[in-house]
Amino acid sequence: MFENLQEKLQRAFKTLRGQAVLNEENIQEVLREIRLALLEADVNFKVVKQLIDHIQVKAVGQEVATSFSPGEQVIKILRDELIETLGRDTARLKFASQPPTVVLMAGLQGSGKTTTSGKLANWLKNGGHRPLLVSVDVYRPAAREQLKVVAQAIKANIYEGEVGEANTATVERLAKEARREAINTGSDVLIIDTAGRLHIDEQLMEEMQSLKRLLNPSEILFVADAMTGQDAVNSAEEFHKKLALTGVVLTKMDGDARGGAALSIRQVTGQPIKFIGVGEKYDALEPFHPDRIVSRILGMGDILSLIEKAEQNVDKKKAQEMASRVLAGDGFSLEDFRDQLRSVKKMGSIQNIMGMLPNVGPFAGLQKHADKVDAKQLDRVEAIINSMTGHERLHHEVINGSRRKRIARGSGTSVQEVNNLLRQYAQMRKMFKQMGKASFGRKLAGMKFSGM
Amino acid sequence: MIQTLFGSLDEQQKPSFLERMKEAVTRTRESLSERIEEAVAFSKEIDRHTLDELEATLISADLGSPTTREVLGKLREKADRKQIKNVDELKRLLKEELLAILNTANTRPVEKVDGTPEVILVVGVNGTGKTTTIGKLAQVFRSQGKTVLMCAADTFRAAAIEQLEIWGERTGTEVIRTKAGGDPAAVLYDALQVATARHTDFVIVDTAGRLHNKSNLMAELEKMRRTAQRIIPGAPHETLLVMDATTGQNGLQQARQFTDSAGVTGIVLTKLDGTAKGGVVVAICRELGLPVRYVGVGEKAGDLLPFDSKDFVDSLFA
Repeated sequence: MFENLQEKLQRAFKTLRGQAVLNEENIQEVLREIRLALLEADVNFKVVKQLIDHIQVKAVGQEVATSFSPGEQVIKILRDELIETLGRDTARLKFASQPPTVVLMAGLQGSGKTTTSGKLANWLKNGGHRPLLVSVDVYRPAAREQLKVVAQAIKANIYEGEVGEANTATVERLAKEARREAINTGSDVLIIDTAGRLHIDEQLMEEMQSLKRLLNPSEILFVADAMTGQDAVNSAEEFHKKLALTGVVLTKMDGDARGGAALSIRQVTGQPIKFIGVGEKYDALEPFHPDRIVSRILGMGDILSLIEKAEQNVDKKKAQEMASRVLAGDGFSLEDFRDQLRSVKKMGSIQNIMGMLPNVGPFAGLQKHADKVDAKQLDRVEAIINSMTGHERLHHEVINGSRRKRIARGSGTSVQEVNNLLRQYAQMRKMFKQMGKASFGRKLAGMKFSGM
Repeated sequence: MIQTLFGSLDEQQKPSFLERMKEAVTRTRESLSERIEEAVAFSKEIDRHTLDELEATLISADLGSPTTREVLGKLREKADRKQIKNVDELKRLLKEELLAILNTANTRPVEKVDGTPEVILVVGVNGTGKTTTIGKLAQVFRSQGKTVLMCAADTFRAAAIEQLEIWGERTGTEVIRTKAGGDPAAVLYDALQVATARHTDFVIVDTAGRLHNKSNLMAELEKMRRTAQRIIPGAPHETLLVMDATTGQNGLQQARQFTDSAGVTGIVLTKLDGTAKGGVVVAICRELGLPVRYVGVGEKAGDLLPFDSKDFVDSLFA
């Protein structure tokens, strides 16, 4: 289902090919596909409309840069717009000038407040803080018991207190007692886990407001499920209106939801997404990276980040020279091969790169094999090429048996490995030649290596 | 305004379901009907713009693009054929289309063998309300004078067993449990043995919330099914997927995966007392033929209602 998006976009882009300027007509089909993709990812339809309007305004009239296809240009505009919406800053927690810093957790039932409270305490502990947990959820059966078990598991301090009657007065009393406990025990952060509540439940929303007045929290975090659909805007907006949220935690991101709710929530609250929950273990809490979720919403894995990395690391001029040479039929020399190898190495470990590819289409199943790739292999290949003379690198056909022996000795490898490399290189040349005919070179030059 | 467009709201004072649902669903400020009203107010004719607005309306109820497009496609066809210009008629037709989809639900629970307990396995992703739903289900059966046993097979989540035990006390139902971290299939085995010996009418099995893309956890459900089958023929007779009404398009994926691994026979749509519509169940029914059996509309033991497709569609427009 998700894989379709990229295909659809590709198809839509075809109509744009060869157009020099983006105009209202020629981007309609692309915008339509983008709209569907965003809706499919559960971005609220009003937010989608705003985004599409922005993109249209930005795109229309733009000259298509020679380095990319018009479709890629629209995607870039879209990506920038989405990242802009989500905010570029990876947010941190605000701490009070005078401890304890109070963090109030808020959200609907089942969004993951208790688990997140535990993860946050664990994260703070690992950062050298002394968090104190308290649950003021006196309503849900065994909610307070749950936080107690969590606290034990992560060896964090918890204030238990006595419940008595399940009402707002008890909730307020527990919160006050917990703050006193935090001061007495020298805890610098107090995390308050609250009962899940509907944003339209006036009584319970008032309870949250009174907790806020009572504790003056530095952070009021809205905990939201990444699987939330169109209704995300309603709950987030109401919570924000009543409480002035300071940040969002998006949970259950280890599922396969596209997480469009992130965009909706960010749009209606204006507050940064500070963390994402990525598993049931207590260390499964990560800082939020807008660029990653943008690729996820668009169904492109982290391929966008990969493109960015390639942009940063590849010597653009060299790459362009190479691409044009390949195109012109001058061939792809061992020298070029080595340059390629070096830029790949600069991008980080192969495992890392493979992990960033979307797990669809040609990349499906690749991630499973990532740990089987021998990173040392790249070093050996480079050593082999380094042991060749300049003449050999440009004219591979002169490399005969005795030269192979010398190269193997010089690089500390075997003749077999040298033979292997030369065979692979010959295959690549052949492939590039064929692709050059099919304008692969232009694609290569446009998309990966030249500036965006 | 709503009255003139959609007919009087109080023309039929129906039993509790509709009222409860209305109570639950009308709280939203941007109800489906208001937006449809907005949509059709522009023009008496069914023009392109009207359909666009209707599309936005269905989308915002989480029906998803493919279902919305299909429904509107059929609506447009019928409206053209019948020369419908009247918005009342249009609304009625739209409801018909949605009902037609919900009524295609064809999955049924397995018939139980006389004298053996009926086993209900309750599954779903984390935080949808499985344990609460089980408490409410027990209440439903108890009020019908049936004997019920609960099985605490969520041995993973902190305090899940304690939570179910509190529901056991509230509804006067015995809970078969093991220690936290125990084997869910083992506690299921025990519960079914006890239920068989006592000729209990219903066994309701709580399971740990799990994301449907975690294959090892989904395999655990398959194992539990096999265990149940070995002890009681045909068990589990009913496998209920508990889904939060706020769930977006990922609900489809949940339904597919849980049906694959756990053989889902029906859905419980929870948290319908909020502003979310749970429209994804229409998309699920369209693709998988899975019926909604119950809806959850609150946190109290009595807040579980049998699903009625007509009332559900009406409540979308309430």
